[in-house]
Amino acid sequence: MAFIDLKDVSKQYGSRRVLANINLAVEQGEFVCIVGASASGKTTLMKIVAGLVAPDGGSISIGGEVVNGFPRAASIVFQNYSLLPWFSALENVRLGVESAFPDWPSEKQKDQAMKYLDLVGLGKAHAKRPGQLSGGMRQRVAIARAFAVEPRVLFLDEPFGALDALTRATVQQELARLCEAQRPKATVLMITNSVDEAILLSDRILALGRRVSRKDAATLSEAAPVTLARPRAADLLMHNEEAVRIRARVTDLLTSGSAKNRAERRVASVATAAVPVEVCSE
Amino acid sequence: MKTYAKNFLLSLVGITLLLGLWTFLSGNVAKDLPSPLKTWQDSKLYIVQPWDKRGEMDQGIGRMTFYSLVRVAKGFSLAILIGTPLGFLLGGSPLLARMFDPVMQVLRPISPLAWLPLGLILFRQSEPAALFTIALCSMWPTVINTMQGVRSIPQDYTNVAKVLRLSPWKQFTKISLPATLPYMFTGYRLSLGLAWLVIVAAEMLTGTPGVGGFLWQEYNSLIYSHILLCILTIGVVGFTLDRLMGIAEARLRAA
Repeated sequence: MAFIDLKDVSKQYGSRRVLANINLAVEQGEFVCIVGASASGKTTLMKIVAGLVAPDGGSISIGGEVVNGFPRAASIVFQNYSLLPWFSALENVRLGVESAFPDWPSEKQKDQAMKYLDLVGLGKAHAKRPGQLSGGMRQRVAIARAFAVEPRVLFLDEPFGALDALTRATVQQELARLCEAQRPKATVLMITNSVDEAILLSDRILALGRRVSRKDAATLSEAAPVTLARPRAADLLMHNEEAVRIRARVTDLLTSGSAKNRAERRVASVATAAVPVEVCSE
Repeated sequence: MKTYAKNFLLSLVGITLLLGLWTFLSGNVAKDLPSPLKTWQDSKLYIVQPWDKRGEMDQGIGRMTFYSLVRVAKGFSLAILIGTPLGFLLGGSPLLARMFDPVMQVLRPISPLAWLPLGLILFRQSEPAALFTIALCSMWPTVINTMQGVRSIPQDYTNVAKVLRLSPWKQFTKISLPATLPYMFTGYRLSLGLAWLVIVAAEMLTGTPGVGGFLWQEYNSLIYSHILLCILTIGVVGFTLDRLMGIAEARLRAA
């Protein structure tokens, strides 16, 4: 059985079917990305895998254990940072460390928190409160908080969704660096609406979407492997033929089966429009 | 700075107009009403020697105010000591909230004048009866605002607690309490205002030394100037208390 294992997961809110037939197997140490348009059920799927929302059907296990509540040795980065505004950056990170390593002496807990703030380049700003930090810095604190607990599983819920394009690119690189540096490597499940982001960061990409019409529940496509070597440069998609090919493939996965539905196709192409399409056809 | 000076001047104009109206009324319409000047002459001794104690009910206005403030502090502390946990409990449990909502709605509008006799029966002494009345009347804003605060803790923060696997105690101290604090202080401010309203009534009925007690005694002794002195003191002290709580509240919100 795979490390993260979803079998026939489904979910509906009232009479609205959100997810159906979700099967996913993520191996230990793998970085898997799920791409989908807005309102495709991505966040719901993430919440189900993370044990924050119970599914209506199917089963989820992580490391052989059935998920029931947020798993141990896991951490998550939310799109809206979710930092506590009354604590400094350091205190926010430390809160996670304290509950992950309750037996450590207080000094060691603090050092651990400080170490990860340093890793995201916020060592000097450790005493600032979230309200005094920019969006990018806040998300760095949230990333530091997630990594500081040395998680075996890392959930990333559109972690760069609220950032502007330039900040997004820097923080993406920082995240990639942290993931590479971590030993043992965490298993990462990320959801995003950006195909480029998925190609930059992950080993494997799956598309989540409604296959035929808007009323259908969303299902997962087959996987597109990302075979590019790491570290990957941010402008990868401009120069690398392989990357361009993968993007075409993922875009195809996002739109396939819904050729009749123009609205959906439009949504999917918006999500991938970071680089002009002409480059792809080269 | 300029608007500050302007506001100050404007309030001075307002006060002067009120004093003018007061002088006019006391001279022409209500002959029993002492004029501002007479009020000042009769009260001078109490104001310039505010800490004098000449007898049980004949003390400087500062000392009288102090007695009242101590009593309010005790009653108010009691109110928030009961009201805050109650607010957390009702805010945290929709079941309890629905259970006690009608009770609260009925108890809330009861006047202090109605509670006091009950307190006197229960405690047989004026001091605890006064505290009982203050606490019972002034705790509702604290209960209701704390409850509201707990209910409006953003889902994001509750998710953080789940995700960081915080113990219930840590979740309370690190998340629920700080998230609710601004609401609590709004409640405290309203409660303190109510407590100060109740103290006058409680002292009048129990005849204990304090601004309210002094006011009632001077009414019985037909020294009307002192009634006005007490009224003004009550207003100024109430205003000051509200401002101080307002500052504390603003600091919390800014933090």
